Amino acid sequence: MTGLLSSFLAVEAVPDVSFTTEANWFLENVWIIPLLPILSFFAILFFGKRLPQGGAEIGIAAVGLAFVLAILTNIAWLDHRDNFDYHDGETRTHLEKHDDHAEDEHASALLEVDGVTESVVLSFAEEGAEGAEEIHPSVAVISERSWFTNGDVDFTAGTIVDGPVALMLFVVTTISLLVHIYSTDYVSGDRRYTHFFAFLSLFTGSMLAYVVSHNILQMIVTWELVGLCSFALIGHWWEEKPNSDAALKAFLTNRVGDIGLLVGMVILFFSAGGTFDVVEINEKAVSGEISQTALTWAAISLTAAVMSKSGQFVLHTWLPDAMAGPTPVSALIHAATLVVAGVFMIARLYPVFWYGFVIPGSDINGLALIGSITVVFGGLLAFVQNDIKKVLAYSTVSQLGYMVLALGVGAWTAALFHLFTHAFFKAGLFLGSGSVAHSVHSFDMKKDMGGMRKFMPTTFKTFIICSIALAGVFPFAGFWSKDEILVGTGGFGVGAGKANGEYTLMLVMGLVGAMLTGAYMTRCIYLTFFGEFRGHGHPHESGPRITIPLIILSVFAFGAGFLNFPPGFLTGDAKKPSFWQERFGHFVEPLAAYFPPISHSVPSWWLAIIASVIGLIGPAIAYFYYFVLVDRKAKETGEKLTELPNGPTTSVGFLKAGHTLLVNKYYLDHLYQNVIVGFTKGPLSKAAYWFNQNVLDGVVDEAGRTAVRSGNFIYRYIDQGAIEGVVNGSGRASTSGGQGLRKIQTGKVQQYAALLFAGATVLAGIFMFVN
Amino acid sequence: MNELREWGLTLLIFAPLIGAAIMMAFPKTDEGIHKVIALGTTIVTAIIGVILLIDFDYDRADEMQWAVERDWIDIIRAEYAVGIDGMSLPLLILTLLVVPLVIIYSWNHFPNPHNPKAFLMLILVLHTGMIGSFVARDLVLFFVFFEVVLLPMFFMIAVWGGEDRKYASLKFFLYTLFGSALMLVSFLALFFLAGAETFSIVGLAEAVADGDISRNAQIWIFGGMLLGFGIKVPMFPFHTWLPDAHTQAPTQGSVILAAVLLKLGTYGFVRIAIPILPEAAVVWAPWIGLLACIGIIYGALGCLAQTDMKRLIAFSSVAHMGYVMLGIATLTDWGINAAIFGMVAHGLITGMLFFVAGSVKERYHTLEISRLGGLLVSAPRMGWILGFISMASLGLPGLAGFWGEFPAILAAYNPANGLPVGLFRVYMVIAALGTVLAAGYLLWLLQRTAMGEPSEEFANDPHITDPNREEWIAWTPLLVLILVFGLVPGLIFNVTDPAVEANISDCLSADVGDDKANFDVGACERDGLDAALAELGVAIGDGE
Repeated sequence: MTGLLSSFLAVEAVPDVSFTTEANWFLENVWIIPLLPILSFFAILFFGKRLPQGGAEIGIAAVGLAFVLAILTNIAWLDHRDNFDYHDGETRTHLEKHDDHAEDEHASALLEVDGVTESVVLSFAEEGAEGAEEIHPSVAVISERSWFTNGDVDFTAGTIVDGPVALMLFVVTTISLLVHIYSTDYVSGDRRYTHFFAFLSLFTGSMLAYVVSHNILQMIVTWELVGLCSFALIGHWWEEKPNSDAALKAFLTNRVGDIGLLVGMVILFFSAGGTFDVVEINEKAVSGEISQTALTWAAISLTAAVMSKSGQFVLHTWLPDAMAGPTPVSALIHAATLVVAGVFMIARLYPVFWYGFVIPGSDINGLALIGSITVVFGGLLAFVQNDIKKVLAYSTVSQLGYMVLALGVGAWTAALFHLFTHAFFKAGLFLGSGSVAHSVHSFDMKKDMGGMRKFMPTTFKTFIICSIALAGVFPFAGFWSKDEILVGTGGFGVGAGKANGEYTLMLVMGLVGAMLTGAYMTRCIYLTFFGEFRGHGHPHESGPRITIPLIILSVFAFGAGFLNFPPGFLTGDAKKPSFWQERFGHFVEPLAAYFPPISHSVPSWWLAIIASVIGLIGPAIAYFYYFVLVDRKAKETGEKLTELPNGPTTSVGFLKAGHTLLVNKYYLDHLYQNVIVGFTKGPLSKAAYWFNQNVLDGVVDEAGRTAVRSGNFIYRYIDQGAIEGVVNGSGRASTSGGQGLRKIQTGKVQQYAALLFAGATVLAGIFMFVN
Repeated sequence: MNELREWGLTLLIFAPLIGAAIMMAFPKTDEGIHKVIALGTTIVTAIIGVILLIDFDYDRADEMQWAVERDWIDIIRAEYAVGIDGMSLPLLILTLLVVPLVIIYSWNHFPNPHNPKAFLMLILVLHTGMIGSFVARDLVLFFVFFEVVLLPMFFMIAVWGGEDRKYASLKFFLYTLFGSALMLVSFLALFFLAGAETFSIVGLAEAVADGDISRNAQIWIFGGMLLGFGIKVPMFPFHTWLPDAHTQAPTQGSVILAAVLLKLGTYGFVRIAIPILPEAAVVWAPWIGLLACIGIIYGALGCLAQTDMKRLIAFSSVAHMGYVMLGIATLTDWGINAAIFGMVAHGLITGMLFFVAGSVKERYHTLEISRLGGLLVSAPRMGWILGFISMASLGLPGLAGFWGEFPAILAAYNPANGLPVGLFRVYMVIAALGTVLAAGYLLWLLQRTAMGEPSEEFANDPHITDPNREEWIAWTPLLVLILVFGLVPGLIFNVTDPAVEANISDCLSADVGDDKANFDVGACERDGLDAALAELGVAIGDGE
């Protein structure tokens, strides 16, 4: 027993508790945090225009207050995580059997490793028995109220606070507050300034409501609300058609993924015995009460939703187009917060994916595969973009791929950690690109930028810091989180014991992705900040409301990684993490009955070094190409070059083909827009309508004509006979081709009605005999 | 109060007729008087509605309240039996809300050829028919009210309609009359086969449950009702009267048609067809589900092909009523609760859409989508409203439309005993696919009409203005309710649920005779769910 445990470091004794309803006030009343920005939305909408700052002051006040509350909630959580007395407190799980057994028996969990089923006996009640030390659990805090009744079951709405929620509250409110402040300068004088701030508030509120959702129905509602805000903000300048097109594309692509969301959630609802409760579903997935088949189908369906919301390959195409929105929106929504909603959903319902995709003990699964493909294919696309925001957008796609990959290989904490660090440096990069664009009035790096470091030193410095963090250079934030993901793959057996399986392919793809990241950012930095200025006018540094958020974000981009030093870093003993190591993992990762028994990899110095070297090869090549070759050529010719004339992509055959493929975005947009959407909007709908008008309606009209004819027949020969009928009848018979009903005089209605009722009476008689 | 409980519903039914009768006394030229009388009458009915809402005992929502039973036509055992329970209350209130709003909207906007007297009298007669249909508990009474609705609507389209009004009105009238005839046949067959003793819904249900009618006859009778109600809904492929009627009807007619009249069909299913003939319902349900799913996809495709805004909205009704019918086809609590929610939501949302379409028409004098555009620039508030209801219509969570759609999709995953589970799961996926198409046609409509710059033709047209006072008064309650029901779905679910349980679950779980084998197929799964639900109930109970 002891031996088994020590070989899998993290098969910890997870105490059999899930949640409590009584805790610190801030943890119980977390619903106030999303409510503030939502109220602010309505306040701005109705009163914003009358205020001196056009409503921005309401938004900033609300989000600022939410930020303060989020900080307090986090502090409360830090205390609660370690000091909550789960023996005496009001704690429980949804599974009754656990309550019965916890007292006298060891609850057992099945852990499947490399095809061998081992029964790991976990001891909670008897402290320290059989060598397994009791780990202090992470007890979630839940509060709920009745929402509606259906099928005689009362459904509640409520909030949950646990590690990942506390984290997201901090991330969302921080970035949102900075973006709000930045926006007061960036969009000042905009034609819909007030409207812009209203939707920033609504977005922040919906996202916060999403993360605190304690049931999947609430998650669906808020998931769609953030989608709505995304639609409204991407299409902020809807007068121009490309913008409204982008907004529609974003919404519709997400709707495609939502099919998966709805189906997946429905499967979970029924397979968990008719509940939407996240904790209960998770507990039942962990305890095996939900069948493997159901979990697999649910996981596959939900993955489709993640693919659209979190921009995973092949449903990522909306994300770069979403850059049509104002830059602060790109930073807030399409880099730091909204797009991680999908990642957060996997994290929230992790047992479903963990068991559904059989993550432990495998070497490949759907989630990890999608993530790794996205890392590489998204990164490649960043190389052919001229629009600085699109470079960053594809970079976001690629980084989201890392998060999904990490979740796919079982490195849950690494994924959330990367979500955390990425939020800061990517927001910094987007806001930095906005700062540049604000000054040159364009996003085109090749046409209108170049040499910006001279004009905008602060923006330049912060951009460089965030880029280095993104590229994952030691000791910046991205290094720590990316390294944790790479170790987590367990590829080639790194991490001492393939914690959750041996995902070698994912490790390789992750390394390739790291190489690409540095390279495209080097290109981006060269084109933007180095060389000669190619635009017009006299660019200058942005004001403090823009630069101060940039500085704050770059501080996080540098230091956020220190929150999760790997265990054993500088102390050597990975099995006994020091008090300053793995802080992030300790507070964020749920250790409770609603979370699967994930294992943690042991950090590997070798991998860190190799990854760093590989991660530097890419930038080195890009540096050589741009800073040496292009720069030299530019000085020789005296032209403002952005690439080598007759460079490899125009001269070498397969590179040229590859370049064309990338420029056309793998032809996915062509497939979606021209083939699928075009077919549905064009031939398919027209065919359906033709069928409607000519076949279905044809039958009706023909029936009408026949009724008229037979009515006339009866009227003429039976009822009246003779002349009048002949005139009427012939008059009507001569009209044909869909005109039949049109020619009928309304005065005849009673006649037909009488006919129909006579028929009805006859039919009623027939029924008598049928019986 | 007791007096009102005795007389309330009767007053409700006949108040509009009294109003119409008073109006007859005044000459056509006194338009003001007619407007006041009509509005006053509908406000009186609305006030009774509010009293009903207050007096209604929500703990007994499964029972008929304010119930009255009197002998009526003794020779055919028809009774004057009215009452209201949780299933009919939301629809009745919807009716009582919408009609006054329509009259307010009409205040200064009577369609050609004007004549407010006749127009308002027709609306009042219509009002009686709609109220009566929702409170009737006797099939003959129901049928009478059901038919009373037809003529006023026919005249509204035929006299105040668009260019092609004669064709459209006659098609509407004859098509629905054809359905009514079949429905009547079914009612009569039920009456005679059950021993010619009663037309009461409960009485007939008991007679059927006692095995008075053979299974075959039940299936045939249900088939007749299916056609009768299905045409009214309208279900694919009986929907072709709807786009024509909607396109040609005046705005007021379209709103009432969409908001209330279509619900008479679906209400017929949940109030009459399924409770009386549960066994036959199980036989027909897969087919109803199939038609519902075709309707969802087909209606959406029809929308994509439209070039006229009003016709597009009309086609969207086909798709939306598909969700309602899918919910009904599952024969589960969830599905039927969703269906009733969907009826109310569709009434509010599509009613609003037709209001806006009418106002757009009044300003632009066209509904040709390609000529519109830039509504958000020309009339920003109107553009916002259109955006808001488009979002509601495509089923955005947090707004009313979602609660009709999602629970119906959910219910299809686990239909009632005896229904083919695999097939319904396919329906579920098709219905989910329909939500994408719905978003497609609605947002595309929004993009083409509201976004962009106004075309040259309308760029500086002074007639294109934000909603006026009457429009605001008429629209605000609907807009607010769309939001409120979206956030607090319990307002409807909590009312309908007990009644649905009593009417649907009970009749389905009752002993169903010779089709035992068929019923056992899904029984295990179902039992498991019930047990789990019971357990959950305990767990939640503990939690509080």
